[in-house]
This record gives sequence, C-alpha cells and structure tokens, in this order.
Amino acid sequence: MFMQEPMLEVQNVTMKFGSLIANEDVSFSVHKGEIVSLIGPNGAGKTTLFNCITGFYRPYAGRIYFQGRDITGRPPHEITAMGLTRTFQIVKPLKEMTVKENVLTGAFLRASSRKEAEKIAEEVLEMTSLSGKKDMPAGSLTIADKKRLEIARALATGPKMVMLDEAMAGLNQTEIKEAMELCLNLKNRGITLLIVEHIMEAIMPISDRVVVLNAGKKIADASPEEVTSNEEVIKAYLGERYHAKSKKSEHGV
Amino acid sequence: MNVKNFRIDTLYGILIVILLLPFMNSNINFRHVMVIFLIFAGLGEAWNIITGFAGQTSFGHAAFFGIGAYTSTILFYKFGISPWIGMLAGAVLATVISVIVSYPCFRLKGHYFAIATLAVAEIIKQLFISWDYVEGATGISIPIVEESVTSMQFHSSKIPYFLIAYVLFLITTMTARYIENNKMGFYLKAIRESHEAAEALGIDTTRYKLYAMMVSAALTATFGTLYAQYILYIDPFMVFTLEVSMKIVLLSVLGGLGNIYGPIIGAAILIPLSEYTRVYLGGTGKGIDLMIFGALIIFVACFEPNGILGLLKKKRSRRRGDVYARADA
Amino acid sequence: MLLQIILSGILVGFVYSLVAVGLTLIWGVMDIINFAHGDFLMVSMYTVFWLYTLLRLDPLASLPIAALVTFVLSFLTYKLIIKRVINAPGLTALLATFGLSLFIRNFAQYLWTPNYRFITTSLVTDKKLEMGSVIIGIPQLVAALGSIMMTFLVVWFIKNTKTGRAIQAAAQSRDTAKLMGINTEKIYAVTFGISGACVGVAGALLATFFPIYPESGALYSLLAFVIVALGGFGNIAGALYGGVLIGLSEALGGFFLGTQFKYAIVFLIYLLVLQFRPKGLFGW
Repeated sequence: MFMQEPMLEVQNVTMKFGSLIANEDVSFSVHKGEIVSLIGPNGAGKTTLFNCITGFYRPYAGRIYFQGRDITGRPPHEITAMGLTRTFQIVKPLKEMTVKENVLTGAFLRASSRKEAEKIAEEVLEMTSLSGKKDMPAGSLTIADKKRLEIARALATGPKMVMLDEAMAGLNQTEIKEAMELCLNLKNRGITLLIVEHIMEAIMPISDRVVVLNAGKKIADASPEEVTSNEEVIKAYLGERYHAKSKKSEHGV
Repeated sequence: MNVKNFRIDTLYGILIVILLLPFMNSNINFRHVMVIFLIFAGLGEAWNIITGFAGQTSFGHAAFFGIGAYTSTILFYKFGISPWIGMLAGAVLATVISVIVSYPCFRLKGHYFAIATLAVAEIIKQLFISWDYVEGATGISIPIVEESVTSMQFHSSKIPYFLIAYVLFLITTMTARYIENNKMGFYLKAIRESHEAAEALGIDTTRYKLYAMMVSAALTATFGTLYAQYILYIDPFMVFTLEVSMKIVLLSVLGGLGNIYGPIIGAAILIPLSEYTRVYLGGTGKGIDLMIFGALIIFVACFEPNGILGLLKKKRSRRRGDVYARADA
Repeated sequence: MLLQIILSGILVGFVYSLVAVGLTLIWGVMDIINFAHGDFLMVSMYTVFWLYTLLRLDPLASLPIAALVTFVLSFLTYKLIIKRVINAPGLTALLATFGLSLFIRNFAQYLWTPNYRFITTSLVTDKKLEMGSVIIGIPQLVAALGSIMMTFLVVWFIKNTKTGRAIQAAAQSRDTAKLMGINTEKIYAVTFGISGACVGVAGALLATFFPIYPESGALYSLLAFVIVALGGFGNIAGALYGGVLIGLSEALGGFFLGTQFKYAIVFLIYLLVLQFRPKGLFGW
C-alpha cells in the first residue's frame, strides 16, 4: 500500500505572514485509504497548513501534489473539483439555506441535474444522520450538527480525500463517538482523511499515522503508539497529563 | 411536496391577476401605472439575481438600463432600425459591458463593491452627458412614427405597451425562478452566504458571479428599451441616474431580498404610490409626493426590517406554530 | 496656472475630507451607509442662509449654530430611525437612510422651493489672496482651514476623551465594547451626532461660495461615499487623504480633460486605486 504514489504529498512547505513564520519546511504525505492526523499545540500552524494545501493561501515556498498533480497555488474550487475538499474549523454554514440545500449545493459539483443532486444529497444526509433535520435552516442548528453539516457538505462534492479541521471540537462524548464512527465509515468507503484535531482520545484510536507540528515545524510522523511515546512530542506538546489519560482511554474506546 | 405546489400555484395566480388587471379597468392612469409597475418589478427581478441571490450589492444597474434605452434609441433615431432589434442589441451590449466592468469590481468585497458599481454607473452617465453623437445632456426625442408592432410605438392605447412589459417581466421572472431552482441558484446563494465555503464546495465564485451579472445586465437592458419607447424621450439624467438604480434597490428590499416575490410585492406598493402621488400631488412642484414616498420607506424599514415578505412569512409561520420559522426573508 | 489648479483642488479637498470623516465615523462604528449625510449638509447651508437673511448673521458667526442643528438632527436620526434598523438584515438600514434623504430633500423643496439661493455679502465674500500669479479665494481658503480645524478637533476628541475612546472601542468590535461595559446605545447616538456636526461645519463653510438649494448635498453624499471607500471604511486618516486626493483629481481632471469629465475622473481614480488596494488606501 505504501509503494504506490501518495494521495497527497506536501513538499517543504513554508508559509510566512510578514516576518512571522507559520510553517517551516514541512513535508509529509498521505496515502490512499489512510486516516492521518495532524496535531500540535495551539499556534503550531495546523490551520495555516490546511489553508495552503486547499488553496486558500499560496505557500511562500514548497510544493503540494494531489494524486501526482501539482496543486500549489491553485484556487480552492479547482482543488475541490479534483477531489480534495475540506471543512472549516470555524463552521461556515450557508445560514439562510436549509440543511438539505446546503448539502445540495455541494452535490451539484458532480451532479448533472437537480434530480441527481437530490439523490446524492439524500444519501449524504442519511450517512451523516442529518436526514431528520434536512428542512431546518442551517443557521439554527446546534454546534454539533453544524460540524456534521460541514462534513456532509464536503462529502456531497464526491471527494477522494477530505480534510477535517477540528470537526470534533466542542462536541460532547456521545457526539465525538459518532464523529469517530463516521470517520471510520468514510475510510471503509475508500475516502482518505487528513484530520486536524485536539482531542487525542478521539483521534489516536482511529488514525493510521500522526503528524506532529510544533512552532511551524514537523517534529514527528509515525504511528499513534510511536508518537505518544516520542520524547520530543511529549515534551513539546502532550505533556504528562495526556500520558496518563491515554492509558485510560485505551480501555474506554 | 405540498408546500412546493402551493408556491408554484401562488406565482401563477399572481401572474394571471396581473395580466387581467388592465383589462378590468380602462382608466388611462391605471394602465400607465400597470406598465411602470411591470417595468420596475422586472428590473427588480433582474437586479435580485446579482444582489438577492449572489449577495453582490449593485448600486449601478441604471447603467444597464440606460444602455438598453440608448442602444435601441440610437439605432432607431440614426438608422431607422426597429427597436426590437435595438432591444436585442442593447441586451448584448449591456452583457459585454457587464463583463468588462465586473472583472475589476469583483475583486472588491461588500461595500467596496457596491460603491464601485455606483462609480461605474456615474462614469457612464458622465460619458453620455458629454457625448455629442448621442445628443449629450439634451437627450433624444424619439421620432414619432405610425404605431405598429415593428416600430414599438403605440399611440391610441397603452395595452400593447402593457403586453410587451408583461412578456419581458414574465421572461425575467421565469429566468430568475429557473436560476433559483437549479445549480446556479444554489451556487449564487452559497457565494452570498460564505465566499470561502463556496470555494471549498468547488464553486468558481468569480465565474458564477459573472454569469449572474451578465444575465442581470441583459434583462435590465431590455426594460431600458421598452421604457424609452414608452416615454419616447430619453436623456442621461433620466436613465443613467442614481435614482433609477436606487429605485430598483428600494423596491426589491422593501418587498424582500433574495426571493422572486420580493420585487413584485415591492413594486406593487412603491410604484402605484409614487405614480399616483406624482399625478395628484406632484404637479405643485413642491415635492410632497416624494416626501410621502420617503416617509413611507423609513416607516417600512423601521417596522418591518425583513421587507413585506418577511411580515407575511412571520404571520404564516406563527399560525403554523412553526418553530423553525425563517426569520430572514 | 497649474499651481493654481492644484491649490484649489487641495483646498476643496479638505472640505470633502471633513464630510467624509463624518461619514466614515458612522460607517466604521455601525457599518451603516448614511445616504442622508449630504442632506444634513444642505440643512446646514439653509440654516446659515436663513440666519443671514433674517438676522443678518454672518455665515462664519452662525457656523456653531448650524453645526449644533445638524448635530441634533443627526443624533435624532439615530434615536428615531437607525436604532430600529441597526440589527436588521442586509440593506434595510440603507433603505431607511435613503428614505430619510428623500424626505429631507423634498421637505426642503416644499418649504423653500427648488430655487438657488446665495449669500452675497459675508465677511469673506469676493476677497482674494494674491501671491504672484496664484490667486486664492478667501472663502475657499477659510473653508479649507475651517475643515482642517474641525477634522483635527474630531480626531482629538476620539483620541483623548473617554467618549472618544469608547467610540474607538465600538468601532473595533460591537460585542467587545458591550462587554467592556460601554453603553453602545449612547455611543452610537453621539457618533451620529458628531458625524452630523462635521457636515454642519462643512455646510456652513461652503455656504459662503456655493449656491444653496435642496439638492446641494447630493453631490457631497456621492463624493463622500467614494472618499470613504477610497480611504478604507471607518478609517479617519483614510478619509482625510482620500478627500484631498479626490479634490485634486477633480481639479486636475477638469483642467486637462474638461470640466464635464471631472467627476468621471474622480470615479475612475476610485476604481483604479481599489484595483491595487481592494480595501482602500488605508484598509487591511
């Protein structure tokens, strides 16, 4: 599986805002069918990297390849059309449209008719357990449902790979569990995932690999087990507290 | 499904009532008001595509209206070409100009965009004022010829004008409706709600905004031609002015933004009000008509900020006890 | 000759700046486009005119009264109208201010007819300052100086008083200001008032050399929009420089291309500048 060309390849990406360096020479790759998590303390440059990959920022240096094609600096809509889509940390529901209309909007990317789009939307709503709320205006959803809607909308575009930016932040235990199940479900459907997340208990069990950023630089890229025992990672980020916690959650999940 | 059928029936019902009205009342003032009503309701529908759906506030639609009016008028006045061809030419020209001005304007967001559209319209107005070929500030009186469909001039009755206005209005409303219910409508609304989310959904935001502007401009221009043929005189202050742009904005916002009923409701209230007050009070030259007009606009804005449509929606959902009632319109 | 043009462009530019500063204040603090802004200017001009006609008061003497009138008018506009629409969706606030503009303009026409009126004898009328080949009208010079003074007064007020700092805070973020215990209601009303006072001063200064009629504010509204956007919404320094830039381009455009094109040039400058700075000269 690791022999083939990576789904996403980030090569030596550097991003600066004025004199502030948000990402420095970051490289990693994601293979087809993997769930890779991108973690790091606040301000480590995770969201910036997300924005560089998805075309919202143009990286200062470095290149990004999706399925072997150079996508560096391409506009976001083109990258989505190629099959790489994302959700936003700060949810952006199309407030004045209903849940279903939100998902339909995504579905039109692949659908050639309204009817076909409706079909895709129904499927996605079902998969994300939003069917019961499809006629609600998106602006009136709870935060958990808004996060779910972000994912549903992204899925409706028919992606090969989805990047989730803190899709679980602010959710309660049950909701987190549902989100984890959804991730695994997507993996089973052959969708590759890159996840930025803070909630270790949620991502460690589902991730195939974890990439750790600290102060803009990559400090680790390994399996969850290796990462949690990596001295540098623990020092930089996880701390003793998580160490104890993760032992506990291994039984929990 | 029920709700949807109901909505379609409502639109057809409204369209039929509008069509019948001037035949039930032969008063010349009434028929005049009906023509102006249709022209402005149609203008509102066209404007709604770029502003209501796509969320790009245009304060410059007078530019397209004026181009429509001037193109057909010049072609007829200088070359004797039928206003129907002029109408088509005007629509094409307005579309071309909308592309030229949209590219620089779409780089701007929010108020910056709105002021840019206003600036473009003012520039075009200034150019027409000082352009001798189109008679500059003096304006053009369209030569009166025998009434006929080809000449788009009718002197004995207002009914033919009404019917032409009706057809244009129908085309515009149906276009807006088609857009609303299909991919383009969803894409435009997504752009309105969040530019970034739209991009992430694979929407080429610039391209779709451009499409919306082109359609809107072309439709707006056709009403310009009809208006010129109806009044039989145009000058830059009449067709390119900010007042025309704002009238379109006002009636659409008053009715309810981003909804195809909005401009119809808004025009149904504003146009009779402004035309009748003008007829009965405007003659004094004291501006009482516009004073009342202004006061009414303030009143509606203050007490029904979601437009008349918002008020109707609120009433209906209250009756249904609908907890998910959309506060927006 | 060119120097003369440049100088007069700059002088009128300062008056534009003051009008724009008033507009940008509301825009920055409340995100509201006040279409009636220029009509307050017209009201100020009429105030000065009637005080001059009925009481023989010189426009420069009645300037504070005019500023007070427009302060109150603008303050009341907030209390009676804007307050109700400030949280309304989309373009509703704009609808309200446009209605107000229409109302004020036509009320003026109803009361005072559309005729042009002039103040023919004031302290500054027909006085000139000659420096070699350059001739500067004293009314224009006084208007520019008065506008600069008022602009700096406003800036001083915002930087150095408690109310001023509250206005600044409210401009940064409405919610934060509320959390800081600032009475936003009061701040908004005062901001509107100050905005009115700005055009009030500008109107009184312009009344010494401009015709007075119900539509005389319309052009200033339009120019002020462009200047505010050119400088960056809510940016006072931007409005100041924007005003001068617009005054200059109007004068130079009129000189080189003919006066009929001077406003076309102004609008073109706006479009050009915004291509390079999509959020205005000073906006980020």
